[in-house]
Amino acid sequence: MIRFVVNRLLQAVPVLLAAVTIAFFLVRLAPGGPFTQEKSFSEESIRRLNDHYGLNDPVGVQYARYIGNLLRGNLGPSFKYSNRTVNEIISETFPVSLELGCLALGFATCIGLAAGILAALRPNTWRDYTPMALAMTGICVPSFVLGPLLVLVFAIQAGWFNAAGWDTAADRLLPAITLGSAYAAYIARLTRGSMLEILPADFIRTSRATGVLERRIVTRYALKNALIPVVSFMGPAAAGIVTGSFVVETIFNIPGMGKMFVQAAFNRDYSLILGLVAFYSLLIVIFNFAVDIALAWLDPRLRKVTS
Amino acid sequence: MTGLSSSEGIRTGPVRSPWREAWRRLAGNPAAMTGLAVIAVLGVLSVLAPWLAPYGYETQNLELGAAPPSVAHWLGTDVLGRDLLTRMLYGGRISLLVGVCATAVSLVIGTAYGAMSGYAGGKTDAFMMRLVDILYAIPFTVFVIVLMVAFGRNLLLLFAAIGAVEWLTMARIVRGQVLAVKQEMFVQAAAIQGLSHARIVFLHIVPNVLGPVIVYTTLTIPRVMLLEAFLSFLGLGVQAPMSSWGLLIRDGAEVMESFPWLMVFPGVVLAATLFALNFLGDGLRDALDPRFDRKRSGP
Repeated sequence: MIRFVVNRLLQAVPVLLAAVTIAFFLVRLAPGGPFTQEKSFSEESIRRLNDHYGLNDPVGVQYARYIGNLLRGNLGPSFKYSNRTVNEIISETFPVSLELGCLALGFATCIGLAAGILAALRPNTWRDYTPMALAMTGICVPSFVLGPLLVLVFAIQAGWFNAAGWDTAADRLLPAITLGSAYAAYIARLTRGSMLEILPADFIRTSRATGVLERRIVTRYALKNALIPVVSFMGPAAAGIVTGSFVVETIFNIPGMGKMFVQAAFNRDYSLILGLVAFYSLLIVIFNFAVDIALAWLDPRLRKVTS
Repeated sequence: MTGLSSSEGIRTGPVRSPWREAWRRLAGNPAAMTGLAVIAVLGVLSVLAPWLAPYGYETQNLELGAAPPSVAHWLGTDVLGRDLLTRMLYGGRISLLVGVCATAVSLVIGTAYGAMSGYAGGKTDAFMMRLVDILYAIPFTVFVIVLMVAFGRNLLLLFAAIGAVEWLTMARIVRGQVLAVKQEMFVQAAAIQGLSHARIVFLHIVPNVLGPVIVYTTLTIPRVMLLEAFLSFLGLGVQAPMSSWGLLIRDGAEVMESFPWLMVFPGVVLAATLFALNFLGDGLRDALDPRFDRKRSGP
């Protein structure tokens, strides 16, 4: 198991390096520097700004310096918010996004698992068709349609929630549902599929015959085996929730990292974009790592180190 | 596709081609046929948009302003008094165009990469697939955004960027199929005849793995359309004066409180299109791969 963990950690290094490298050169290849759109700057001040941030050095030097700083955890200053560093911006906005992401993922997992199990217990009846039709709807109604619709119905018409903001506990509900619903739908479909595969298995029939409670059979024996595809889906789901947060935080005006990233994109704040990309990549890598560990715990066969 | 070529063992009735057999199965699937019909109608409407649209795309009617659906404007008008139906017809052209073109890019990259990897086998294959694994772990939507920011928002770049992101799964699927097919006799026969590797891969092997490729292509189009709408909604995709459903949803969401129809109609049409494509994709999967167990149809 330790070898497995070390192996997976080593595999994460090229992923991170690839992500940062691609992002770095994409940004540097872009026509125009970060300050060219600021019309009020004279050429002289742009040159000095570029000098100040080391943007006149050869690209290779800049890249080496960036990686060097990155290894020390220093993401550099923001080009747009001149008195703040990227690290500060991340430490301010990340807790908000983390809370939203966890709520959304929690919502998706609870609803998805429950719906999937319910559907699998009575396949091809209305108890199967109803949650699965809902799941298909969840997949086909994008978050940027669902979000405004929820706001329209529950905030504007019914007046139960605030249309935007992130102050009270109730403010968390609509964004979390908007962000999580598509993943609840995928998880429901996956759970149903793998439960249907497990439930006819011999060991389930044997447990039934020996008088184990049905509830225990479903929630312990079957579910633990059926969880494997669901857990492997958590990696892509987390990546999807990261990108989903761009839209959801914009719709609900939540002061998180996703909204910050979209703004950085509009501002062409390259150092902030780059820092956020690096941070997002790190997040995804960590999450994938956790998923791998969870899978290895669920299925000992996966612990075999494959080179 | 191996499932289809093995049908020669059960020649009981009149011999039908595997494709015709698949079509028969597809035609028996009401959800998939409905999906196909919806897609066909939308396709025709989009192509004929300039002739069908009741008003000009940019024709404003500032006196009218945003009006709810009426006889004159079936889906209402936007803040500038522009006919929503007209704008949705034109927007559909862009949405479907992006869906088809970006999927085509991903299809070409994914098929070529997967086929070469599978055909080469051994260390090359291991290396190429390891690369795919690495790319899989990178949050690519973030990179599409970076790309759109860095190089400006033009449509061709959008095709390329989305296509470049969505080819990974296709490459895996094709590679798996090629690994199976390359053992077959006709590949050896082609090799004995002295054909080049490129000819063998692209003229002999690839045509035989088309089934899964078609299925996955159908399922990629809704993903791509969703990504385009997502980017346009953020203001990072298609740009005015061009329009797409994502952009219309964005414009509608801004004024949703007063004029909800401006968001609801484009939203419903986008969702309906995604529904149709997903149902069609699921149906094609059942039709082209009879061994595929319906019960297992996950995402």
